[in-house]
Amino acid sequence: MAAVRTSSEITFNRVAIVAVLLVTIIFLAPIYWIASTAFKPRNLATTIPPTVVFQPEISPFVKLFTKRSQLRSPPSPEEYAAAPWWERVVFNGGEKIVRDGKGQVQWSGYPSRFMNSLIVAITSTVLAVGMGTFTAYGFSRFKVKGEADLLFFILSTRMLPPVVVAIPMFLMYRAVGLNDSHIGLIILYTAFNLSFSVWLMKGFMDEIPKEYEEAALVDGYTRMEAFFKIVLPEAATGIAATAVFCFITAWNEYAFALIMTSRRAQTAPPFIPSQVGSGLPDWTVIAAGTFLFLLPVAIFTFLLRNHLLRGMSFGAIRK
Amino acid sequence: MATTMITTLDRSSRAAARGLSDISIRNLFIIPTILFLIVFNIFPLIYSLGYSFTDFRASTSAAANFVGLQNYRDLLSDPYVWSNFAITAKYVIISVAGQLLVGFGVAMLLNRDIPLKGLLTTLLLLPMMLSMAVVGLFWKLLYDPSFGIINYALGLGTFEWLSDPKMALYAVALTDIWMWSPFVMLLSLAGLSAVPKHLYEAAAIDRAGPFYTFFRITLPLVAPILMIAVIFRTMEAFKTFDLAYILTSQPTAELISIRLYKMAFQEWQTGRSCALAYIVLIMVLAITNIYVKYLNKVKER
Repeated sequence: MAAVRTSSEITFNRVAIVAVLLVTIIFLAPIYWIASTAFKPRNLATTIPPTVVFQPEISPFVKLFTKRSQLRSPPSPEEYAAAPWWERVVFNGGEKIVRDGKGQVQWSGYPSRFMNSLIVAITSTVLAVGMGTFTAYGFSRFKVKGEADLLFFILSTRMLPPVVVAIPMFLMYRAVGLNDSHIGLIILYTAFNLSFSVWLMKGFMDEIPKEYEEAALVDGYTRMEAFFKIVLPEAATGIAATAVFCFITAWNEYAFALIMTSRRAQTAPPFIPSQVGSGLPDWTVIAAGTFLFLLPVAIFTFLLRNHLLRGMSFGAIRK
Repeated sequence: MATTMITTLDRSSRAAARGLSDISIRNLFIIPTILFLIVFNIFPLIYSLGYSFTDFRASTSAAANFVGLQNYRDLLSDPYVWSNFAITAKYVIISVAGQLLVGFGVAMLLNRDIPLKGLLTTLLLLPMMLSMAVVGLFWKLLYDPSFGIINYALGLGTFEWLSDPKMALYAVALTDIWMWSPFVMLLSLAGLSAVPKHLYEAAAIDRAGPFYTFFRITLPLVAPILMIAVIFRTMEAFKTFDLAYILTSQPTAELISIRLYKMAFQEWQTGRSCALAYIVLIMVLAITNIYVKYLNKVKER
């Protein structure tokens, strides 16, 4: 800034910095509350006043992954002593882990939903980014008749409200038996992310100088060779950023998953809220499930930080 | 110029003779995507357009009867549906205005030399990256009248956020503002950093006051990007389903997407819901059209 700085400006600057810190704290409070509730004993999750300082526990995570039932009577000392540590923390909370006839621990619904989320999000990301990269290159390098209209058409598919698309898709999937299947959800998420990936990748492709490929073509490469050997490596960062965005979108998606899946292929977003049934939900378990579910996205957000602007504006605004 | 000439010549002679021609590569790269989107986005919409003229119910095996425009006529004269649209409009206005104020405000605060600015910005952007449904669920705990931290922090006693019909929509909008102000902030920061510094220097030399500088320099230059943020958020807020569906079941917070979901998958009025879906779709496409026009405008700068 200019050298002319009055004392009132300096004061204002300080006030602004304090305000920014305050806003950051307020914005992060809900996320902090999720994280801290995930490590609380159940009786401290819903106290008045709210519990801020506590001895962190791992029990919510044990409970998250296992099926449990209420203990009618406390476990015998032998039973308690024989139990592994993770079973003891459940005993401490007045519950026991359900085992089948062979003594095998019964898993809760969470791990399979988490796996479903991974399968669906990763596969649809690979498909959407793969196809999107080719298409973006096509739009970036060649003359396409009605290019603006086609790109608008591609983007408009992304803007369709999920419930609107879900009604006919539900009927069509039911007719071909794709309801509650991984493939069904993967197709929907691929279609949803494809338009995004084309738009974003086109921006990245436009930034790679045409001269690179032209030089390769002069050297006797075919267009395909030039694409795979010259353009793709140059676009690696863009592809990675696009992939992370697509992954996050598919990972977070709720409406399609709610409508199209019920058990077998259900992902975590519709599953986690379904745990809050009637009665008093165990918020520590929900927080633990939420925490694990949000963790990958939080990490990715940090990795993506320099591409967020571009991604959120469909590649229109770059810094 | 010379290189292009040589390239063209060379391409037609050696390399291109071995590989695919540019036109076939272009088609190979573009057509599958277009086809995929047509099959999985456009075809279903045509399918549902057909159903929108029938009394089909997906829960029964009864055949669909053609009823013409009956569904559309019923929907457009149904005060219940109109009230859903009114609720949605109110929701869009509150949440987008809130996001604009908070997002742009925080961006103005951040637009200076701040220690750890990059880290703070990333932290502030976190909410918008998270799953609306899953985080929205957790806001139920935050809003809880007896042990929620919001009432505790604000000293509101046992204020009802979600179970009070008058309050529910505002509570959903507040959560939405929390989630999406970061988006407006992100775009505003880009706009603010693009304002040439010399304009501010010139304003300082002319002894222009802070208000004058803001309204005559900052705002006009950031406006196009803010406009993008506003249109995009308007479109998204109009489509809101997850957050409102998870947070509350108050009829006063029943957005149009929720009505559509209930009509289609709880009441199983498939034909009628297809008609409503079309009405919603046309509105969304109208906003999308404006949005893309604006995107292209900003891109050209």
